[in-house]
Amino acid sequence: MDVQLLTYLFVGGSFALYIGIAIWSRASSTKDFYVAGGGVSPIANGAATAADWMSAASFISMAGIIAFSGYDASVYLMGWTGGYVLLAMLLAPYLRKFGKFTVPDFIGDRYYSNVARTVAVICVIFISFTYVAGQMRGVGIVFARFLEVDVNMGVVIGMAIVFFYAVLGGMKGITYTQVAQYCVLIFAFLVPAVFLSILMTGHVLPQTGFGATVLDAAGNDTGVYLLERLDGIVQDLGFGAYTEGQKSTIDVFFIAAALMCGTAGLPHVIVRFFTVPTVRDARISAGWALLFIALLYTTAPAVGAFARTNLIETVHQTEYEELPGWFYNWENSGLIGWVDKNDDGRVQMSAGAAFKGTPTFAGDRDEVTGSHGQRVVTNEVTDNDAEVYVDRDIIVLANPEIGNLPAWVIALVAAGGVAAALSTAAGLLLVISSAVSHDLLKKTLKPDISEKQELLAARLAAVVAILIAGYFGINPPGFVAQVVAFAFGLAAASFFPVILMGIFYKRMNKEGAIAGMAVGLAFTFSYIVYFKFVSPELNSAENWLFGVSPEGIGTVGMVLNFIVAFAVSRVTAPPPEHIQHIVEDIRVPRGAGGASAH
Amino acid sequence: MREENARAYWAANLKLIFTYLIIWFVVSYGCGILFVDALNNIQFFGFKLGFWFAQQGSIYVFLVLIWMYAFTMNKLDRKFDVHEE
Repeated sequence: MDVQLLTYLFVGGSFALYIGIAIWSRASSTKDFYVAGGGVSPIANGAATAADWMSAASFISMAGIIAFSGYDASVYLMGWTGGYVLLAMLLAPYLRKFGKFTVPDFIGDRYYSNVARTVAVICVIFISFTYVAGQMRGVGIVFARFLEVDVNMGVVIGMAIVFFYAVLGGMKGITYTQVAQYCVLIFAFLVPAVFLSILMTGHVLPQTGFGATVLDAAGNDTGVYLLERLDGIVQDLGFGAYTEGQKSTIDVFFIAAALMCGTAGLPHVIVRFFTVPTVRDARISAGWALLFIALLYTTAPAVGAFARTNLIETVHQTEYEELPGWFYNWENSGLIGWVDKNDDGRVQMSAGAAFKGTPTFAGDRDEVTGSHGQRVVTNEVTDNDAEVYVDRDIIVLANPEIGNLPAWVIALVAAGGVAAALSTAAGLLLVISSAVSHDLLKKTLKPDISEKQELLAARLAAVVAILIAGYFGINPPGFVAQVVAFAFGLAAASFFPVILMGIFYKRMNKEGAIAGMAVGLAFTFSYIVYFKFVSPELNSAENWLFGVSPEGIGTVGMVLNFIVAFAVSRVTAPPPEHIQHIVEDIRVPRGAGGASAH
Repeated sequence: MREENARAYWAANLKLIFTYLIIWFVVSYGCGILFVDALNNIQFFGFKLGFWFAQQGSIYVFLVLIWMYAFTMNKLDRKFDVHEE
């Protein structure tokens, strides 16, 4: 069977599975819709959290980022896993004991204030939409590459699938489809990685393989460590050593902290811990979630190192006509572009960009070709020795082809990419819809609506959210990639400190919390907007505050939030008696009933 | 008495969290970022040790910490008689 047909089978089969699960797990109450009835087992919740958390970016882009930036990418690996330690010890168990439906619920009740609740709702919606636009685009791109349909058509198909199980099943439907999606995506990520590891080092486990010695083409041990060899190769080409960083230590430190605290403060992750039956389950469920996430996150750096070595050794100094087939395929998709600067017919790699921007071509291969049969790149050429542009997303998508793996592995990777994007999109859309129907409508604007009306409102809000997300997927705002810093920075500067103080500092009152959130948000928001949109030309280390980039500034915003909240709470009245009792109550596990609205 | 028990339970929990977060900080921010260059002089199988902590080791330690915390807290819950039914 050819790749195309297999891909249709795999992706179609996985869709049938998701829809089947959605029909089986329809939501019949608001409790089902918001927190899956509160009866999800900790292992299932761990898998669902992992799928929720690992987006198209984790699945498709991360290994590529690592491959091209080496040690500097470690900040994502540590940042996006270290946050779970904070979540497991500082937030999840207590929020579960509190037993409400959403993050603004906790903030509104603990700080006895609808102002605090509304600020939280706005943050939730902003953070989640920032994120979801990229997911819808991711679905479209995977469709376009593997199924040869239009990107926009891919977005529409993705919307239809999410629509089906998110609107029908709410959190209940999403949870069980996410478990299935986790299985699909982790299998799809690990299979090519294991093949590649065996091929290059003879190790079955990629995690040990990338610290092992390299095999030559005949399978004999060369006695040279892979990373040593990679360091040598990239330095010969003028890059910095793969295993050493180029970013400043202080910036790496602040980015890691912003990612960790941001992860712990992301509403779509926190809300997953409201779905398990007990406090005990919430703690252990964080352990399962990180275990499932670590399977991918410890494999990705190995894939990055394998792929970078493989790529350079295959492509550098090779005559264009002699290159393997995948090079031409990805050139056709516009993710590879080659300009023969020294006119020797060979592809040279070197530090620096081959030309400005992403490649634009004079025409398709059958219309316009260069002297060696390559597609003609029309970008402005730079004056260094680099001749080839390789999009970093290729690393994962092309791995099966680069490693000469069977066609079904390629089909599997396509299904995995779609699963990763869909699962994250659904989780985010649910958080948006519950923020609107529960926090805004039920808790603030119209407290007297019945449960049936609230459930209907939640479904309608989900429909609207899907349509908006789809619109952004089809007409991506140019700044999508730029605003990822927003989601983490804002979560770190707003939710993480106020939730933490709400649990660990009984004396924290509404004045302190609101002032802290406002200052943390305003500071982080304006710093990022200033360097990303107002004056992007100033976005370099010498202009940054303390040398901290916009990606890491959420950490400073968080510290400001803590300081302001503390200072303001000392000079204003302590929270009322019954709030202090709530805080005492959430600190002990006994008595955690199911999540409830009252 | 009940209140005192709750206070002692909370103090024990805080102590545990504090200990684990120190380890969390040392493996990631310490070994993976601040002292990475010094640790890179040490070879650990085919890895430079600092690089290994940044891309592998810290994640394994995070995992162990969360599981240990969950088990230790389950024990503490029983010891202070605040566990769930």
